[in-house]
Amino acid sequence: MKNALLKALKQIEPDKEKSPLLHTVYDGFFTFAFTPNFTTKDGVHIRDGMDLKRQMVHVVLALQVLYLFGTYNIGHQHFVALGEYTGFLQGVHLKLIYGLIKIIPIFVVTHVVGLGIEFYYAYKKGHGIEEGFLVSGALIPLIMPPDIPLWILAVSVAFAVWIGKEAFGGTGMNILNIALLARVFVFFAYPTYISGDEVWIAGIEKAAEGGYFGQAYGAVYGFFDNIFASLGLATFGAGGSAVVDGYTGATPLAIASKEGWDAVTQTYTTGQMLWGTIPGSIGESSKPLIIVGALFLIITKIADWKIMVSMVFGAAVMALLLNAWGATEFMEVPWYYQFYMGSFLFAMAFMATDPVTASSTATGKWIYGFLIGFVGMIVRVLNPAYPEGWMLAILFMNVFAPLIDHYVLQANINRRAKRIKATMKSETPDAPAPATAPAQA
Amino acid sequence: MKQTVSKGILLILAMGAYTTSWAQAGSGGNGFGSVLTYSLIAIAVLIFFFLIIQVSNNLLAIEAKQLGIDEDSGEVGTGNDGFLGRLFKPKKPAFLDEDTPVTYLRRGHDIALEGEAELKLDESVQAMTFAVQPTNFLGISPIPKMVVEEGAEVKAGDHLFFDKNRPEMKWVAPVSGEVIAIERGAKRAITAVTILADKEQQYRELSAFDLDNSNRDQLVEYLLDAGAWTLFRQRPFNVVADYNEVPRDIYISTFDTAPLAPNLDFIVEGQEAAFQKGLDVLAKLTSGSVYLGLNAGGDTAPAKAFTEARGVKQRWFHGKHPAGNVGVQIHHTKPISLSAKVWTLGVQEVLTLGKIFTEQRYNAERVVALTGAELKKPLYVKTKVGAKIEDLLKDNLANDHVRFISGDVLSGKRKELNGFLDFYDDQITVVEEGDDYALFGWLLPSFNTPSISTTFPSALVPDMKFKAETNTHGERRAFVVTGNYESVLPMDLYPQELMKSILIGDFEKMEGLGLPELVEEDVALCEFVCVSKQPVQQILRQGLDTMREQA
Repeated sequence: MKNALLKALKQIEPDKEKSPLLHTVYDGFFTFAFTPNFTTKDGVHIRDGMDLKRQMVHVVLALQVLYLFGTYNIGHQHFVALGEYTGFLQGVHLKLIYGLIKIIPIFVVTHVVGLGIEFYYAYKKGHGIEEGFLVSGALIPLIMPPDIPLWILAVSVAFAVWIGKEAFGGTGMNILNIALLARVFVFFAYPTYISGDEVWIAGIEKAAEGGYFGQAYGAVYGFFDNIFASLGLATFGAGGSAVVDGYTGATPLAIASKEGWDAVTQTYTTGQMLWGTIPGSIGESSKPLIIVGALFLIITKIADWKIMVSMVFGAAVMALLLNAWGATEFMEVPWYYQFYMGSFLFAMAFMATDPVTASSTATGKWIYGFLIGFVGMIVRVLNPAYPEGWMLAILFMNVFAPLIDHYVLQANINRRAKRIKATMKSETPDAPAPATAPAQA
Repeated sequence: MKQTVSKGILLILAMGAYTTSWAQAGSGGNGFGSVLTYSLIAIAVLIFFFLIIQVSNNLLAIEAKQLGIDEDSGEVGTGNDGFLGRLFKPKKPAFLDEDTPVTYLRRGHDIALEGEAELKLDESVQAMTFAVQPTNFLGISPIPKMVVEEGAEVKAGDHLFFDKNRPEMKWVAPVSGEVIAIERGAKRAITAVTILADKEQQYRELSAFDLDNSNRDQLVEYLLDAGAWTLFRQRPFNVVADYNEVPRDIYISTFDTAPLAPNLDFIVEGQEAAFQKGLDVLAKLTSGSVYLGLNAGGDTAPAKAFTEARGVKQRWFHGKHPAGNVGVQIHHTKPISLSAKVWTLGVQEVLTLGKIFTEQRYNAERVVALTGAELKKPLYVKTKVGAKIEDLLKDNLANDHVRFISGDVLSGKRKELNGFLDFYDDQITVVEEGDDYALFGWLLPSFNTPSISTTFPSALVPDMKFKAETNTHGERRAFVVTGNYESVLPMDLYPQELMKSILIGDFEKMEGLGLPELVEEDVALCEFVCVSKQPVQQILRQGLDTMREQA
């Protein structure tokens, strides 16, 4: 089987000289199917089985549960807003199809744009296609609001990959986290498109007089309606109905920032916030599933646990300090409830741990993670415009990671110099060392 | 210690009290009193962290005292090891008494491969052709001056050639016989001087040397003439030692932790006298001490030749590979710098040195381990330095699509079947060439791939032995993953940052980050685990070369 496939693939290999672009693309897909037959040259004769593809794919694997849940939650939130199928397991087929119709275009656009740029640069620079975008491409859809206009998404992904990565030299060379750069681009370049409460729920529009309406369902939904009708299941129908009275779609954080924790608990239960059946970016709402992903990354040693742990510490310490200050309603949200809201865990597990942009030294990782937690909580609570801080805190610390590393390395250099000086001094007379020979045998 | 625990309990209680008071007070209760409480708690948290750091520092200092080592000389701690790891250190082996200090190295990785040599010396395997290869020696001129010509008859110990820049440095024949070839490579550099061995070995008899009643200069002169100087390697840079310098110390590692490495306890058996003589000679050559690195990690005590050695300082090490590397052991006793030079020798080199004095002849005998899963019978053979690999492996190969390595799979040199054992090596490894494609190799859990990664199911089988092959398992990429190199190098070093500083040619940083302390074999494991498949040893040598030119 394997040999037949190999032979078939080798037969369609384009000529490297005549069509370099085609060959680059072919090579990208070929190395995806087969690990190449390269053998070690000088240096070590055997190599660890781990390579960058495997490393990155395991992050993508850890994200799969979030994709499943996120897709379903898009549909769930949509129907909850309309007051239909409010139970989590009601109208499963409708919610799933609704979520898929939302997420597939986002996923496809992200990858077409991102991979397109990657392929082009691989061809231009004459190296193989590198797998850096595997993870970025899987992360970006999860941190976007479900109703993001696709052209904005395309522009932001292009910006992130082009300016954020290729301009610096490609995979492994970037200073800022690619996925967050795409998100921050949306945030700063198109604030009017993704502000307000309705963006966190798919398919809801603000009507002129201030009320919210569900959008009309398009032709794709009509196609599924035919299938569902023939199976005797509930259908999407025409849509366009008014949203439940008093429903705003505000995220817990948005409520907390204005009215404090009590107001949050009036709208959402802590159980809802924990399990993630709340409005928000696609993949960041379900805490237990994120923790499962984080544990997977820690057990497989793909992501560094030090960053995660110190980030939790940093956020907790800052939240405690803010509790103590207590000047606004938001500051008084109990520190442990801060973890129930927003995308803290997602940022911790998948964003802060990006090895390229994080600190590279062990000591540096403790400092880096702690400061992300610390700064992120400040941005979340003290920022009047945008009640979430992890994106900005991580990008901020990305920039400072090399500085942290510099000081850690400098400490190492000084320690070494001191040691050498000490041994020089102790050279004559001979330093008192443990007794040698007979006694030990 | 007790104090920390009680503080910790207090803190937890405080936090508990705090959360309950919150629940009772609700969001309204934020008078001045509660602000005070919360800030006190915040301060308590900070003090708690401060205490943890303090206590761990103190623990380290206490341990340093126990080891009887000056803390300032920095003999303890590898920087990245937390104090937690030190609390959970393994039990001291039974063969050591309580107050023997042992250096525990937690970081490292043992690659368990199939094809370990059986502890049995096969006398029937005899090599006929031997070579002295100038390329084995770093820091000498590439075209040495020949003393003999092709076709000449030489005795074992006769001079073959000398270094052009330092004519006192002479290389001698390991066996007696006919010089059948002087092979040349690029730019007419001599790659090998090949000798076909006589059936009856003849030796150049050396004059007796009175070790007790002569000074160091006389000894150096005697050793240079005997051809023994090439046995010493000098760090930094791992070059042939300079006879004009007096080394600070001399280090010998008495165990090898590399994959399938020969058992030196077995090799030294019955040669205790020669080993001790070698140590006595070394003690005369250094102004400092001769250090022996001993293995505290075995089930049984190391050989008596090592444990009962006299006139040396013994250091016990416990850990996975590269704990047996002499570079790692030096790092944990007294570090090297550009100005503090040390010499290193292998155990068999010490034996050769000792035999110059006990037998009055240059005895280049080596016990070599033939290892690897592609051999029918991995075992030990007794031969001489520079033996032809084909002669040793004849009739023992199970597969012909293989790679021959002089040394171990991590830092050994690739050889053809008609190649020769390198001068400092006592092992030949044969592994399968892995020039095959693997379907979805980046995803599927493969069982037969050695790895430190837990994404392979073999991580669940602790004693699993692998049948390794030479596939790279992936393509070369830029540095992405961090912390991997550090996890297998038990030294207070940042190897990845060091590699980067070499690549950008930052001399100050290279030296500061400890490049002089490293040679290829120390970072070989870093190269093995490298996810980006970087040629770490090659980069390191590039750095060492540029640094040597500058120095």
